[in-house]
Amino acid sequence: MPATVIEELERAAVGTGGRGPARRDGGDGDDARRRAKPPTPRSAYFTGLVLGLAAIFMFFIALASAFVVRKGLGGDWRSFELPGLLWVNTVVLLASSLVVERARRLLRTQPAARFGAWWSTGSLLGIAFLVGQVAAWRQLAAQGIFLATNPASSFFYVFTAAHGVHVLGGLAALGYVAARGAAHQQSTGNLSADLTAGYWHFLGVLWVGLLLLLTFGR
Amino acid sequence: MSTPSHVAAHVHAPPQGFLRKYIFSTDHKVIGIQYYLLALVAVFVGLVLSLLMRWKLAWPNDPVPWFGDGPMLPEQYLALVTMHGTIMVFFVLTTAPQSGFGNYFLPIQIGAADMAFPVINMLSFWTTFVSFLVMVAAFFVAGGAPISGWTGYAPLSAVGEIAGPGQGLGQTLWIVSIAIFCAASLMGALNFIATTIDLRARGLSLMRMPLTVWAWFITAILALLAFGVLLAAGLLLLLDRIAGTSFFVPGGLVFTDKPVPHQGGSPLLWQHLFWFFGHPEVYIAILPSMGMASHLLSTFSRKPIFGYRAMVYAMGAIGFLGFCVWGHHMFASGMSPYSAMAFSVLTMSIGVPSAIKTFNWIGTLWGGQIRFTTAMLFAIGFVSLFVTGGLSGLFLAQPPVDQPLHDTYFVVAHFHLIMGVAAIFGIFGATYYWFPKMFGRFLNEGLGKLHFWITFAGVYLIFVPMHLMGFFGQPRRYAEGTAVQFLSAMEGPQQFVTIAALVTGLAQLIFLFNFLWSLKWGRKAEAINPWRSTSLEWTIPSPPPHDNFGGRQPVVHHGPYEYSVPGEPEDFIPQDAPPRPAPATGD
Ligand code: HEM
Ligand SMILES: [Cu+2]
Repeated sequence: MPATVIEELERAAVGTGGRGPARRDGGDGDDARRRAKPPTPRSAYFTGLVLGLAAIFMFFIALASAFVVRKGLGGDWRSFELPGLLWVNTVVLLASSLVVERARRLLRTQPAARFGAWWSTGSLLGIAFLVGQVAAWRQLAAQGIFLATNPASSFFYVFTAAHGVHVLGGLAALGYVAARGAAHQQSTGNLSADLTAGYWHFLGVLWVGLLLLLTFGR
Repeated sequence: MSTPSHVAAHVHAPPQGFLRKYIFSTDHKVIGIQYYLLALVAVFVGLVLSLLMRWKLAWPNDPVPWFGDGPMLPEQYLALVTMHGTIMVFFVLTTAPQSGFGNYFLPIQIGAADMAFPVINMLSFWTTFVSFLVMVAAFFVAGGAPISGWTGYAPLSAVGEIAGPGQGLGQTLWIVSIAIFCAASLMGALNFIATTIDLRARGLSLMRMPLTVWAWFITAILALLAFGVLLAAGLLLLLDRIAGTSFFVPGGLVFTDKPVPHQGGSPLLWQHLFWFFGHPEVYIAILPSMGMASHLLSTFSRKPIFGYRAMVYAMGAIGFLGFCVWGHHMFASGMSPYSAMAFSVLTMSIGVPSAIKTFNWIGTLWGGQIRFTTAMLFAIGFVSLFVTGGLSGLFLAQPPVDQPLHDTYFVVAHFHLIMGVAAIFGIFGATYYWFPKMFGRFLNEGLGKLHFWITFAGVYLIFVPMHLMGFFGQPRRYAEGTAVQFLSAMEGPQQFVTIAALVTGLAQLIFLFNFLWSLKWGRKAEAINPWRSTSLEWTIPSPPPHDNFGGRQPVVHHGPYEYSVPGEPEDFIPQDAPPRPAPATGD
């Protein structure tokens, strides 16, 4: 999905904030059937972001309630020690969020020379998080704990993988913003940077929630 | 407003080539028609599947067309049940009224040039299309289509081939298709909501939105919250099948002497997840039709809709309560009687907003100058079916009554009348009403009325007997009852229903013919506003130009249903007509 969001961003234009489609005042002479459409107002992108996050949230809520119900059935549930590495990863992901946020705020100053460096650092931290998650998987695998070993491990892998896929999408968006550079942002009202940062922060908070669930719900 | 030159490249210019214009179009009108045509194909596929089932039920020992020389096998019958239900629910009832008409008319009715995210819109159609192909592919793979029903109940759906021929690759394709469909629906829902919130024309306050827009909007909210849950459930189900996890498969399960290597999973967990999606889904299917029926009833009674605000709040209440009642599908699963009671009370409370809507529809008709166009007939038919189908819901909402009726034809009758047929009537009504706007020509009214009366009589002849068969104990999802003595008494009614179904099914060809014929030879819709309606789509040419309003930006001054306003020269006021002068005081 992030890829499509990016495509939409391509179509974003400057200064179309406010409600309602922007007025186009072409003459009446040209063929009305061929007239171009006005761009989407900026506010709609943020509405879209919130809605997308709501949908993702419902997806994880469903998984979380399945977790609680399945665990309640007891019997075959064998909890295992979560790799300590997860906490390191958590710090990395939250740090990434902070750095990205710092970069986003740099855009408000002209010229935003250090934007690229900060934003890329944030993105690299995001990659580090994913690498760390995979390392945590490998630690578990080394202990013989796999997806199908036990319901507890099944949920662990499902949560981390599902979150990881969303992080991958976030990385794609981060990469896109980095590639286009600060000038592009400033000529488009920082639209894609703002949206990407919002999505990225959400993923950080979501991860903390999942980790708490996995830790205390074990 | 002066636009900086570098922006010009980013605005949505009208596409040129055939591919961009009609296939991978980002225009909401083209996408709406694409969705509609997809649903049209799907509904005829689904219809044929149902007639094959009816054939088997009426003459269990005779060969059925395409099913070889011997009688149809039970697993073949169950595959038909599954595919019929799935195709109808997802690719017809979720697709046509919401994604089809909603895509085409929501932007226009709110005065916008397109959806908020046209590229996402295009993607959601093509994703739906892929989902449909994957679903249909299940028929053609080894083992054939799955047999676990549109509800995909575990463990049947979770253990693979061992549970039946279609439970191998066929079932996997089913899950994958549903997962793709979820993704498509989420994209669509996001677009609908953002568009309604952010793209409304000046003056179009929430309480001036046509009830169609409200219905699409609320439906989109339901879809946004429900499809993610189904996606999650589908993911877990897929893992149970291919990765050996045990989310839904209990331990100690044995299929024809073969033990299943799973342990501890819960089939009920699947039911909870599925119905948490499933009940909102039934409202996703019907809410748009409620909106469209309201719109037509007001237009063709030449009266404001009775209790506009109450209609809006009732739809909101139905949407909200719809998330709190999923347990009524599980009364027979051995749930605690206390939860059953809670679900029962909540379920019956949906009767209140439903009744409000029904009374308001009748109130709208009351004393109106009714014009019995085909569109209006279908709208009235919708109300009729909603009442008859809803009443049986109130029976089923009571656990002790549901206990014997669950999994009988009574339930089949209930949900076909209210979900299947009522929603389809909404779609038909909307088709006859909007066809001239979409294609610039009218559907033939004579054929339309013929189609209506046969269909209206037909569906009652099909489904009323099914209620009685349900009381009698006829179970659903059984290929035949020949070996069961008490069911052999059902032979006559089964044959009656099948004949009614064949006739009604054939009558749909009248519609198909009318549709195709009118596209090319139908009476031209010369007037922009032939029905003398108030909403914004009737202020622009038929079919509308690429940007809908031809560069104009409509400003709304009126509510959506200002019909027969006293003292006005016309019996309707378009929503963008100039404001009426404040009533003179003191004379
Ligand atoms: C007052 C309103 C309604 C009430 C009280 C009600 C109640 C119920 C109950 C209790 C059941 C479960 C029966 C059983 O499986 O034993 C049921 C099934 C069903 N209802 Fe309703 N219902 C209502 C309206 C609707 C509407 C508006 C729709 C769709 C538009 C709908 C669609 C369905 C479907 C599809 C099923 C069966 C699903 C299946 O098992 O395959 N119902 N209803
Ligand atoms: Cu329900």
